[in-house]
Amino acid sequence: MCLGIPGEVIEVLPDQADLARVSVGGVRRVINIGLLADETVEPGDWVLIHVGFALSKIDEAEAAAALQFLEGIGQAYEDELAALAESRIE
Amino acid sequence: MTAPQDSPATAGWVEEALREHDRQTGGFEHHGSPQPLPGTVREELVLERIDRARRARPRVKEDRITMSHGAGGKATQTLIEAIFLDTFRNPLLEPLEDAARLHVNGARVAMTTDSYVVKPLFFPGGDIGDLAVNGTVNDLSMAGAVPLYLSAGFILEEGFPVADLVRITASMRAAASRAGVQVVTGDTKVVEKGKADGCYINTAGIGLIEHDINLGVAQARPGDVIMVSGPIGDHGVTIMLARGELDIEADVSSDTAPLNGLVADLLAAAPSVRALRDATRGGVATILNEIAAAAGVGVTVTEADIPVRAEVRGASELLGIDPMYVACEGRLVAVVGPGDAGRALSALRAHPLGADAAVIGAVTTGPPGIVQLKTAFGGTRIVDLLVGDPLPRIC
Amino acid sequence: MKFIDEFRDADKAHALAARIAALCEPGRQYKLMEVCGGHTHTIYKHGLEDYLPEQVTLVHGPGCPVCVIPMGRVDDAMALASEPDVIMTSFGDMMRVPGSNGSFFDAKARGTDIRMVYSPLDSLKIARQNPDKRVVFMAIGFETTAPSTAMTVLRAAAEGLANFSVFCNHVTIIPAIKAILDSPDLRLDGFIGPGHVSTVIGCRPYEFIARDYAKPVVVAGFEPLDILQSIYLLMVQLSRKQATVENQYSRVVPWDGNTVALRAIGQTMELRPYFEWRGLGFISHSALKVRDEYARFDAETLFSVPGVRVADPKACQCGEVLKGVLKPWECKVFGTACTPETPIGTCMVSPEGACAAYYNYGRLTRRRVPEATTS
Repeated sequence: MCLGIPGEVIEVLPDQADLARVSVGGVRRVINIGLLADETVEPGDWVLIHVGFALSKIDEAEAAAALQFLEGIGQAYEDELAALAESRIE
Repeated sequence: MTAPQDSPATAGWVEEALREHDRQTGGFEHHGSPQPLPGTVREELVLERIDRARRARPRVKEDRITMSHGAGGKATQTLIEAIFLDTFRNPLLEPLEDAARLHVNGARVAMTTDSYVVKPLFFPGGDIGDLAVNGTVNDLSMAGAVPLYLSAGFILEEGFPVADLVRITASMRAAASRAGVQVVTGDTKVVEKGKADGCYINTAGIGLIEHDINLGVAQARPGDVIMVSGPIGDHGVTIMLARGELDIEADVSSDTAPLNGLVADLLAAAPSVRALRDATRGGVATILNEIAAAAGVGVTVTEADIPVRAEVRGASELLGIDPMYVACEGRLVAVVGPGDAGRALSALRAHPLGADAAVIGAVTTGPPGIVQLKTAFGGTRIVDLLVGDPLPRIC
Repeated sequence: MKFIDEFRDADKAHALAARIAALCEPGRQYKLMEVCGGHTHTIYKHGLEDYLPEQVTLVHGPGCPVCVIPMGRVDDAMALASEPDVIMTSFGDMMRVPGSNGSFFDAKARGTDIRMVYSPLDSLKIARQNPDKRVVFMAIGFETTAPSTAMTVLRAAAEGLANFSVFCNHVTIIPAIKAILDSPDLRLDGFIGPGHVSTVIGCRPYEFIARDYAKPVVVAGFEPLDILQSIYLLMVQLSRKQATVENQYSRVVPWDGNTVALRAIGQTMELRPYFEWRGLGFISHSALKVRDEYARFDAETLFSVPGVRVADPKACQCGEVLKGVLKPWECKVFGTACTPETPIGTCMVSPEGACAAYYNYGRLTRRRVPEATTS
């Protein structure tokens, strides 16, 4: 649904465990990570930010897998195009 | 579980809006009529209806001014056309360019005015004083004029710190010196505490248009190249963040700067510059729409070619706003004939304020009045005039 | 920007477009509903439909929580804002939604203290800074946003704040989807599932769509490649006559959702027996209200709201657009009496509304990329 944006955790605030400073393309904001209380959140983690709260941790492995799928499809497509260009049906 | 069955009220303003529209355009189809036309034909008809509605005489429907009227988009335009243009109407006003072009005893004079009500008064990259000088210098420059003299009217709030006024005027002096202009007259008023947000400034300026310069957005024609002098959205995002309500920190600062030097270099290098506009309220998107509407041409721009700083992009993604609608204060959009485009771009890039200049699109034979954007993803969409303020969204 | 740019890569889009076109059975039309306003926005913003063949149509569903708030509730919010010493706080999306007597924007012009906030936590801050005022937060959104409101209420409770309340207009997505599925005048082949709602509720709640209605569902991310890939996955299922729930947005959406978020909602809120959705009528158990234990944070308890129901205007066909029965330009008042400047209905009010999105972005002859043609 709504506007959620990926951001990188820079630090968990020392005096307030449910707050973290995140960076979105260099822009920084303190957000509430209370909804991730069942997980550990550390600097370097990526989270999905919505209205000042982190809703979920971004799973880098899954992201890589998703991209790999897209690469695969892209590559297969490139291969097909190349094959088409090279083949001659006379 | 049954829902309440009370008889509901109705919204009178909707019925009024429909009646009003009927009156203005001679009505539209009523309910219950069959739709025998195939889908695409029907869609065409609707798009034509929209066009007709957009060309209808502008009317301010609200009975009170809202912040939308100041945002630089549709509401501002309607207000200007329906009230100011309509009331003062004369050939010198009608072009509604950044500055009026006057003939005074054989000389061609450009004249402009602007009011500055920015909040906060001081922000990364400058303050209201910088804006007040640079903004007016730029409006004159966009007419191809050499800016010469400024007036400065101050409306000060009771209780405003004198030290802040000193700071602001110092900025104005430095900005004027940088731009090569002088503040030669002015005015001061003081209003009760609670008004004027500390300090409002109005500056008016005059300049001399030399050579055979005749710039205006109505002159854009298919084939012309559109370029921007640098990354967009810096000023607007800086202000939004500087207000402190959004609790966002970023390394952004206002791009406020006097563009007269840059413009002089550009005009010297490229005789076929058709129009110049500085991208203030309403952003680059508004200017593109003004070009398309005034010249009755299509405009196409390519998203990947539009320069935006990473932080401005980050803040915009976070808040859900579009940098194309965000104000700049030191960027210009130039429409240049195709033959000169290369020279124009080089001239911009050779100047410190134009180092990141880029070609962003072209004037086309596409549907007149419509600005299209080729997205980085490869699809196409329309860039319409802004409705209301570019408000952050959650959805 | 990481996790964004990679999913906007045009080259991969061409490959997906070709695949999608190849999966179309000759002569068959495919109607896929994207439920979520955020998806509508992405589709139009990036011109995604240019990558789809003629046979595949995207239908925009009722997933815009701003769009579905009935005028009467907006009037109630305006009444709250006008109460003495009240500071009303709201997301930007709500500012221009018209009630019977204008919007928050108009009220602000008349001097009402209405402030825009990015987060409900900002609203709390305003409450702390203004102890002599009563701060009300206009809570809107689906299950994506409800946990944030819930956490804010819990925080207010922990701090013992006495001047903060929420006007709760959170709605839930499943009853709306079910209302669409049960609608007799609609034929849909599959659903692009709401990505961020699913981070909270997980993917299980959609299983009934596949099981009971035999329609495939793919929970999709918000970048254009996410949506295009999700369409591809739906077409694969359709070509194999399958109907299951898939999670394309697995980098963000956990299959079981976010337990902490669901607990927070459960602790502070409960379902209303029914709630009126603009354009869709009354739907049972489709919206949340603040629980009695937290009544001191419930604006509806602390203040009396008019609670007057305002009928959807007769000329307004938002209901049919929301259900996907009509395309925006098929509405009789689209673009003429109803425009983004003068919105009559909700579909035009929010930039995510199908009509506003189409008007602002999509009002063009479709220029398909070559890979998207099946010839």
